[in-house]
Parts: sequence; structure tokens; C-alpha cells
Amino acid sequence: MAKVPKPNELVIDHRLPGTGWMDTPVVFRPGNFSYPGKAKNLQAVGLPNPREWSPTDEDWKLPPNWKQIILEGLRERLDKYRSLRLFMDICVRCGACADKCHFYLGSGDPKNMPVLRAELLRSVYRKDFTLAGKIMGKMAGARKLTEDVIKEWFMYFFQCTECRRCSLFCPYGIDTAEITIIGRELLNLIGCNIDWVVGPVANCYNNGNHLGIQPHAFKDMIEFFVDEIEAVNGIRVEPTFNRKGAEILFVTPSGDVFADPGTYTLMGYLMLFHEIGLDYTWSTYASEGGNFGLFTSHEMMKRLNAKMYAEAKRLGVKYIIGGECGHMWRVINQYMDTMNGPADFLEVPVSPITGTRFDNAQSTKMIHIVEFTADLIKNGKLKLDPSRNDNLIMTYHDSCNTSRGMGFLEEPRYVLKNVVNNFYEMPPNTIREQTFCCGSGSGLNNDEFMEMRMRGGLPRANAVQYVHDKHGVNAMSCICAIDRAVLTASMNYWVPDVTIYGIHELVGNALVMEGEQERTTDLRGEPLPGMEDAENEDI
Amino acid sequence: MSIESILLHKKKLFLQTWLELLLSGYPPETVRLLKKETNQFANPVGHAFSSAMDQVCAEFLQDNDPQKMAPLLDRILRIRAIQEFSPSQSLAFIFSLKRVVRELLKDETAGGQVGGSELAEFESKVDELGLLAFDVYMRCREDLFEVRIKEIKNRTNRLLHRAQIIAEIPERKAEEE
Repeated sequence: MAKVPKPNELVIDHRLPGTGWMDTPVVFRPGNFSYPGKAKNLQAVGLPNPREWSPTDEDWKLPPNWKQIILEGLRERLDKYRSLRLFMDICVRCGACADKCHFYLGSGDPKNMPVLRAELLRSVYRKDFTLAGKIMGKMAGARKLTEDVIKEWFMYFFQCTECRRCSLFCPYGIDTAEITIIGRELLNLIGCNIDWVVGPVANCYNNGNHLGIQPHAFKDMIEFFVDEIEAVNGIRVEPTFNRKGAEILFVTPSGDVFADPGTYTLMGYLMLFHEIGLDYTWSTYASEGGNFGLFTSHEMMKRLNAKMYAEAKRLGVKYIIGGECGHMWRVINQYMDTMNGPADFLEVPVSPITGTRFDNAQSTKMIHIVEFTADLIKNGKLKLDPSRNDNLIMTYHDSCNTSRGMGFLEEPRYVLKNVVNNFYEMPPNTIREQTFCCGSGSGLNNDEFMEMRMRGGLPRANAVQYVHDKHGVNAMSCICAIDRAVLTASMNYWVPDVTIYGIHELVGNALVMEGEQERTTDLRGEPLPGMEDAENEDI
Repeated sequence: MSIESILLHKKKLFLQTWLELLLSGYPPETVRLLKKETNQFANPVGHAFSSAMDQVCAEFLQDNDPQKMAPLLDRILRIRAIQEFSPSQSLAFIFSLKRVVRELLKDETAGGQVGGSELAEFESKVDELGLLAFDVYMRCREDLFEVRIKEIKNRTNRLLHRAQIIAEIPERKAEEE
């Protein structure tokens, strides 16, 4: 929108004008980019142009016909996805999205305004695919595709977390996340990807999960948690693996299996399933709920998603329950059905405990654990003692993919309010559909990108700081594995007094299990409120 | 009248000019947002800067207690430390305070109400603020690297344990003692 500047803003600058955004090349320096995909990982999944290279190199070793590949790739996608052509054509540059991006708010870099980020691709589209752009060039906002443009795409399409907050404010409903998705897909055609995405993709394709944990180690890790739970409350839970004929297959992001604090959330799942006597199995092959294919290409997303369903078919289960994850649900909820679905060989999920039928998942046959648990609580099937979490003054972070992406707004809050006594919401324009991204999603949660991640995480942290100062909030929960890991880092930098929890960790703390010993600690081994002395006696 | 009291008298203008200098390092589109948007959650950086600068000014012109000043500077520098600025660019706004004050006190220095030695004394106070800001800025950068190290440890520690690549001395329980 046009804004009339005030007199003191009308600075007459006598210097020569700097170059416009189209002609200002990006500068890569350690800290502002993610490491490029390793050749072996690209080869493992047949991605083009595997090579050793770095964004700081002058020569990116692109294939000789890279320009043709990109333009043909763009043409193919414009024909295939009507939404993309629409998004390329209809933006009127009103600026409603401009200041809604967490990366823009945190960095102040105008190329992080969603409108401008989209313009990076749109300018190339105009030049080669519209008459006005072909004739009028720059005047019509068109520009030639050069290697500098590719470098700029790499910089900024890997500086967008595909959180879709901007799309919420677009009067036309342009989904900039989809533009980023296509931008990354095009970059992949000429071998420009980041290793934090392509590494997990290659591992997931070959070993079943992002880290490449092999079946025996995966089983071993879960059994380790069985011991940990026994040490906390004396109950020995008995998970099964690759068990044919189980009613339900449970799949969770592998982050829950190996990285704190997700591991405590996993202990919560184990305890819950044991307590209600669920007939379920883990799979050591479909051992990853996450799908970094979403951050690579539609084709790769489809390939990785198929594994989970192939395993469900092999084991003969009725349906799938998925753990606390964000982007996994974007894939299931928005893409699975037209990629690999409908999953006709499975049954519509029905809770064996409450009889509730989850018609929302009648085609994908997969439900999120938080809706499953909310239903258990609603039907009075769990004995919960929320006072065990009384040391926590809790707030809740809506994960972009589960809140904006699939509308899980009430279920997590319902579970939370039953397992904690102290709960405060962050301000309305930072939660639910308007939630701020953690700042590190879509494969950007690598450590070399930490400085940039702190920029992206700033708006969320700012809201946490507010409830911390106002209500003494010392804990934040979420239902996404990437969130659990990266919000921990973000809080350590911005609001160090706040600790991150998965909701099922809190369920595990509050759950009163049949035959349990008197509990003195939470799942992290910290004394429960009022049990501080009991702990001391032990030592 | 001391320089501090004159500036306290002109605090609004003083603050505005100083803030303007801090913001001048950002692109014009961004400056507009940082200045205009009043909702603290829609404009976290602009809000943090204006509210913290206000407190920094008040503290600097009154008690100037380093203990109280450090957390105020932290609110600004924690943001600057992770943005696309070099360390010198991040801290330049502190030293530009000298320019701001000379400009604001033009009449007073010409009229002899503020002498050269007073100004020199005030400027060394600005230098001290600069040194304190340097400490705070470095703390923020150290925090950033510490966060990175901690994250790597969190990610791999359990795996290393399970793979028996590392083994720590287990904690002894009471009955074993």
C-alpha cells in the first residue's frame, strides 16, 4: 500500500543509487547457508548432478544445459500444477504478506518478504512465459535467468520454512510455501540441495529413517526406554516390533527415538499404549514419520511416504497412528491421498478403547496421536494426576503444519489442560492459525545455520518472553519433533528459563498406571513437585 | 546544568535521534516497519529497540549502573548479534551517541553553558558504555555458539551411549554404598 512519507523521511540522498534487488547478487558466508548435499547422498536416491561443491565457490559446477533444464522444469510444473500458474499470475504486490514472515521480522532483509521471495521466481517466469515480460523485460518485472539468479534462489528458498503464515494474510490465497516447494524442486533438477535435507532423504530411503539407524539399533533404543520407564514407576512396558497381525502400526519421527527431549515424549507413548492395552506394533523398517521428501520434490515425497503404507500392508494392520510430528502430517493430510492413496487395504481408524470412528482419516487411514489421546481423555479412559506437572507453568506452541496445515487447534489444548494445572496462552496474533514458525522447519534445523535460525525464531521467542515475564511461564509444549529439538535451541538463546516438552511427555508424567510404584520423579528423572526430599533420601 | 540534565530535558528528541541512527542501518522498507507498527508481536524488533533504548537512555542519564545497564543493552544486542551485521556495525550506534549529543547541544556549547571538559567527560562515559556493550555483544555471540554445541551433543549423546562408543561412570545408588 502506498504510504506518504513524513518530511523527516524525505531524505535527499546525493550518492549514486545502489543496485536494485534484481541486480544485487547474494553473498554466501559461513553461518548464512546450509551445507550443500553430498554427492553420495544424491547418488543414493538418483538425484541429478552429484558433485562436491560449496555455495561459497564461484563455480557451482552446474550441468552445461542447466538453463534449459530449469526452464523446461518450470514449464512442466506450470502445466502440471494449476495453482503454480495462478500464483505466478495473480499477485498484485499489495504487501499484505510482507511483514508476516518470521524470517523477515527477525532479519529485516527485504528478500525475506514473502512477496519478494516469490518474485525471485516470478521474475524468471515473466521473462520466459509471458508476452509482456518477453517484450518489455525489466519494465514488466521480468529478468533473465542467470547463475546469479540460481544462487539467489538457493539462498532464499532455503531461508523459507514453508510455514505458510504469509498465505493466511494474502487476499488471493497465494501459498508462498508452494512457491518455495517448486523453487526447491527446480534447484534439485540441477543438483542444488542442502545436505540436511538430502542426507535424511537418502538415509530414510535406504534404512527407513533420517539418521540411518538400523533395525537392531532402533529396537535397542526403544528397549532402553523400557528400562527407563521401569526405573521411574516400576512398570515394564512391552512394545513389539514388526509384528504381523497387530491392529495398529505406530510410526513416529525418528527424532523421538534418539534426540532429547523427544525421547521423553516417546516414553510417554509407550506408557500410554501399555496402560490402555493397545494392540500395536513398531516397525523397524518404517521407522520414520518425518518425510524430508516434502523439502526435495513431489516425487521424492511420494517415494518416502509409500514406505509407511507398504509396511502397514505387509504387517496386515488395520490402520496407522502417527506420533507427534509436524510436516509428516502436512504430507498425510494434504498430499498422501492423491499421491499414494486412497489406502483401501486399511480400515477407517476406530479407537479400540472408546469406539470412536475417525472419519476425518477415512481415506488416509492414519490418525495423529493427539486426537487419539484427546478422545481417550474425553471418554474418561485415563487416570490422570496433573499435579505431577505442577512445577511447570506451561504455554503451547502451535506447530505450523498441525495448526495452519490441518486445523489441530483444540485437541492438543484439550489434552494439555487435562495433564497440567498451570496453562497460559501466548498473545492471539502469535498462536493458532497465526502461529509463528519455530524458525527451523523444512530441513533448516542444521547446526551450521544457527545464526539464521535464531533470526527465524525471534518472533516466536518474543511471544514466549512476554508470557514468561507476565505469568512466569517456564515451559512450552508442542506436538512436533522438529519443534521439540529446535525450540530448545531457540529458548536457550532467547529465553533460557523456558524448557520444551512434548505433550505426551506431560501425559506420561500425569498418567497414573495400574500397579505403579509411588512415583518420585518425572520422565527426565527430576523430582516431582513435593517429592524433592524423597529424592534426596535416595542419595 | 549538567549535560545529563539538559539531555533529560530533551529526552524525547534525544531518544528519537539516537533510535533513528540505530535504524539507519536497515533497508528503507524495513525501517518503515520498525518505526510504524505498534503491535509488539507484529513488530518484535522495532518494539524491542524502542522500549529498550528508552530504558537505556534513562539509565545512562541517571544512575548509569553497569549492573542494570547490561540487561538493557542485551535486549538490543542479542538481536543485533544474530543479524547480518559485522560486530563493528552492530555496536556503531553506541559511539554515534557522541555525534547525537554534540548536535543536540549545539546551542548550549556555543552559549558556553556546556564546556569542553564537560563534553570530554561525557564522551568518556559513552566510551565506557561502548566497552560494556562489547562485553554484552560477545556474551550473545558466545551463547550462540554454545547453543550450537549443546544441540549437537543432544542429538548424538544417546546414540553414542547405546553404540557403546562412550561410557560414563554410572551414578551409585544408596544401597550400593
